[in-house]
Amino acid sequence: MRREKLRALQPLAEPGSPEHLRVRQLRARDLLRGDLDDAELEEHVSQAVVTTSLGKLLNWAASNSMFPMTFGLACCAMEMIAVVGSPRNDLARFGAEALRASPRQADLIILSGRVSIKMAPVVRRLYDQMLEPRWAISMGACSSSGGMFANYAVVQGADKFMPIDVHVPGCPPRPEALIYGFNKLQHQIEGHPDMGWRRRYNAIGTEEWARDDVIAGQPSAAAEAAYARARQAVAESAESTGPEGPGGPHVRGAGTR
Amino acid sequence: MPDPPGLELIAGELRDAHAGSVLGTYHEHGQACLIVDPEQVLPVLRWLRDTPGQEYRFLASLHGVDYLPAEPRFGVHYELLNRDRVERVRVRAAVADPGGDDLPSLESCVPLFPTAEFQEREVYDFFGIVFRGHPDLRRILLPEVYAGWPQRRDFPVGGEPVVFTYNEHEVPGWSQ
Repeated sequence: MRREKLRALQPLAEPGSPEHLRVRQLRARDLLRGDLDDAELEEHVSQAVVTTSLGKLLNWAASNSMFPMTFGLACCAMEMIAVVGSPRNDLARFGAEALRASPRQADLIILSGRVSIKMAPVVRRLYDQMLEPRWAISMGACSSSGGMFANYAVVQGADKFMPIDVHVPGCPPRPEALIYGFNKLQHQIEGHPDMGWRRRYNAIGTEEWARDDVIAGQPSAAAEAAYARARQAVAESAESTGPEGPGGPHVRGAGTR
Repeated sequence: MPDPPGLELIAGELRDAHAGSVLGTYHEHGQACLIVDPEQVLPVLRWLRDTPGQEYRFLASLHGVDYLPAEPRFGVHYELLNRDRVERVRVRAAVADPGGDDLPSLESCVPLFPTAEFQEREVYDFFGIVFRGHPDLRRILLPEVYAGWPQRRDFPVGGEPVVFTYNEHEVPGWSQ
C-alpha cells in the first residue's frame, strides 16, 4: 500500500502562522524520507540552513572558549585571580573560566606584573610552548612599559620580547578593566579589532588599520597593499626632505616588521 | 649590645691580639660597630667567634655598602650575634676601590661561617666585591650574563626615556 505523500504544494504564506510551521514540519519529514525535490528542496534548504565562513565560525568559537594559563607574575596576579576566581567578577560569563596549568593546553597568557630580565626568557619559553592560535594580554603598567620599575632589573615592556595583543592599563587594573580588555581581545579574535588611536591618528600601515573588516589572524591582501602604500609614502618623503627631514608625513610602523 | 665602654674594651683587646686590625669604632642607635682593616677581617672574626667572653658565634647577616664619595669606598658589614647574651656587634671591613677595571677584594669568611656563602655571592653580584677563597663565587640573583654591578652608586638607574612628541627627536631610532 503506497503511502500518500503529505506535501504542502502551496507557497508559504504568513511566516509565523501555525500553517507555516506545519508546512515546514512536513517538508522536513519529506526531506528525511527523500521525497523532497527540486524547487521545494531548494526553498527548504535556503530557509533551514545558515551559511557562514568556517573561519568566522572558528574565531567565534575560539573567542568564547578561551583557556587562560595559570600564570601570575606579581601583584596584578591578585586582580587576575579575582577575575577568574570570584563569583562577583566571574570570567565564566565570557567562557574563560577554565585555567590550564600547562602552556600546551592554554591559548591565552595574561602577563600580570613586572617581568624581570631573569624572568623574561622563561615567559618567552612559556609563550613559545603554547599552541597556535594563541593570544597574550599585558596586564598593568609594569608589564606594558616597565611602570615604576625604571631600573636595572625589569624589562621595560613585555612587548620587547613577545607579541602582545591587548594592553590593559592600571596599577593594578581593577578586575572590571581586565574583563574589558578581555572583551576587546574577543572582538579582535572575531575580526572587529578596536581601532582606538589608529583611526584617530590615521595610523596608516598598521596591521589592524589595514584589515579593518577582514577576519583577524588571516594575512590579508589589503594589509600588503597598505604596507606598500606606506613604504612608498616614506620613500617619497625621504626624497623630498632628506632622510631625517622634518615636515614629512607621520608614517609610523611602516616597513618595521 | 656592648655599650660604648664595652665596645672600646673589645677594640682594645683586638688591637692587642692583632695589631693594626681595628681602624676605628662607632656606637650609634644602640648598635656597636668596629671598623677593621679588610686584610685582617678573618682574624678579627675568628677572634670574636672563639675568644672566651666574646663568643659571637652566629653570623646574622653579611652585606655590602657603597659610600661613593667617601674613602675607602666600599664597606662589607658582618652582623655578629651572641645568642646566649643576645648581644650583637657589627664588623665593618673598609674596602678600598682599586680603580680601573680591577675589582675590590677581601678574604672570604665561608671557612668560619658557612652561612656566608650565598650572602657573599649576593655582595659580589651587586657590588662586584671579590671574596678570595669563596668556593663558588658567581652571580646569584642577576642573570649570569649580566654586565655591571648595579647596586654601585655610579651605576645608572636604568629604564628608558618615555617618548612624547616634544622629545622624540632626542631618542634616535625609537621607531625601529
